[in-house]
Amino acid sequence: MPRAISAVLRTTGATAFAITLLVFVLGPLLWLGAHAFAGSWTYPNLLPDSWTLRWWQTVFTDPALGSSVQNSLLITPIVVIASAAVCLPAAYAFARFEFPGRRLFLIGLFATNAFPRMGLFATLASLYYALGLMNTIAGVVIVQLLGTIVFMTWIPAAAFVAVPRSLEEAARDAGASRARVFLTVTLRLALPGILVGAVMAFLAAFDEAQGTYLVGAPDILTMPTEMYSLVLNYPKQVAAVFSILLAVPSVVLLLAVRKHVMGGQLAEGFQIK
Amino acid sequence: MTSPSPGLRLASLSKSLGGRTIIDDLDLTVERGELVSLLGPSGCGKTTTLRMIAGFLRPDAGTITMAGRDVTPLGPEKRPSAMVFQNYALWPHLTVAKNVAYPLRLRRLPRTEVAERVDAMLRLVNLLHHRDSRPPRISGGEQQRVALARALVQEPDVLLLDEPLSNLDAKLRVRVREDIRDLQQRLGITTVIVTHDQEEALSISDRVAVMNAGRIEQFSTPAELYARPATEFVATFIGALNRFEGAFDGTRVIPGHDVVGIRPEHVSFTPVPMPGGLRAVVDRVVPHGHFNELRLRRDDVTLSAYVAGPAPQIGSVGFAAVSSALVYRDGRLLERAEAVPA
Repeated sequence: MPRAISAVLRTTGATAFAITLLVFVLGPLLWLGAHAFAGSWTYPNLLPDSWTLRWWQTVFTDPALGSSVQNSLLITPIVVIASAAVCLPAAYAFARFEFPGRRLFLIGLFATNAFPRMGLFATLASLYYALGLMNTIAGVVIVQLLGTIVFMTWIPAAAFVAVPRSLEEAARDAGASRARVFLTVTLRLALPGILVGAVMAFLAAFDEAQGTYLVGAPDILTMPTEMYSLVLNYPKQVAAVFSILLAVPSVVLLLAVRKHVMGGQLAEGFQIK
Repeated sequence: MTSPSPGLRLASLSKSLGGRTIIDDLDLTVERGELVSLLGPSGCGKTTTLRMIAGFLRPDAGTITMAGRDVTPLGPEKRPSAMVFQNYALWPHLTVAKNVAYPLRLRRLPRTEVAERVDAMLRLVNLLHHRDSRPPRISGGEQQRVALARALVQEPDVLLLDEPLSNLDAKLRVRVREDIRDLQQRLGITTVIVTHDQEEALSISDRVAVMNAGRIEQFSTPAELYARPATEFVATFIGALNRFEGAFDGTRVIPGHDVVGIRPEHVSFTPVPMPGGLRAVVDRVVPHGHFNELRLRRDDVTLSAYVAGPAPQIGSVGFAAVSSALVYRDGRLLERAEAVPA
């Protein structure tokens, strides 16, 4: 029965591939998770020698680490809101108006990604010294904001473009002012796209370390910049705990918006003929 | 015929877009409660005209008056007009009832009154059972009726419809067309419909404005439009026409400098000689149900004829006679010539 054999082979192959992939993806996470709770872990033991919550206690009681968590949770939302305030009007303009240099500006938003970041930040630092922004919350916010601009402009702009003009015109025809049309129709229909942009911006700002370190250290340390000193000054279990904490906001955020991002509303809404 | 304040009046309207003249000094008067179609090929300016009436485009020159009020400087939200969009433009995030309620909510009416009027309107268009459905989930014909309800609930002075039937399949089109006409008659609402479909325009309109290249070629009743097309363009655009260059002598087309148009139904054909009949060969027969379209050939000229009764054999010889012809000079109707009894 060669067909049965080949079917078995195929199943075995697929299973082996799935397991390899699983180990490849989950392995490091498991390693990280185990370390966060490991008292000590010596070669060649497959499992840690002892389990403990000591490292979690270290992290939560260390005032420096605690303040970095606070800083991150304070600064990142400010960055996202500031980014939205700056970028969403720009996104709308890119989507709805034709103006000279439109394409140039649109491509220009990628400029910050086109150069080595460190070079950009070094130049920025000299400007910051002149303006007295070094070691300030405002300085960190601006540095992190730079990395969010592309997400907060391009993704919402695509969402605005996808709102059919006739839906806006229908609202005006029904008697709505321009502002009202924007709020009840345009913004509402572009919301899923804006949300995706905001999530991307949040993650980009939350994870930004280079510029934040350069501008904020040593007074304003966020979670990613604190990681630098953790890796150098603490046992690696503390770094593992901190990595997990660093991942929490991203995971929570992605789970929260999953419905809007993946839900059919975005796709379904525009299929109206 | 014109009353002191018609439902809608366009006076010397002009519009250029991108350096091209789209509408050129256009005048149009629609009486109160009248249904008028703007009919023409694509690019003739009919949609531009409708968008100017709705307020989405500002005319370069001219005025728009609705029920005696000059609305030219007003934006679409301030005009007493309501529009049904070609793609219906229903808001996908709102239910059918909320789509219809939107214009009323803007007017800050009490909640109970909004609910009552929405329900009454949905009953009128037979969609009460879809009150809580979302637009993407209902059929094209139903979406169309929601769009109509959303327009009518505003109790507009002027109702505008942009190609209202173009997204529906052929069967549904005839029914919805009758529904629109029926509603329009019952509510007595001044209505302008843009269409490129002559059958649609002729069947539901009180009057039809045939447009070409930004101008109105002719504005009259469907019957008049068909019987006495004012220009050669109208004659060829509406209905079928045999077009010859020459002159009409009461029996046949003779050499000349005018244009002679002969409707296929004004050609008769018999196998036996008749007075004024011209010998012709049957080239093709196209059955149309209750009549046949014959393609008749005489020397190198072909003539199309609509003839009732049994179809002649292809290749058979018979005699064709013309009962009436339209004669155009420089594109304008010179006369409608009836055949001279021989």
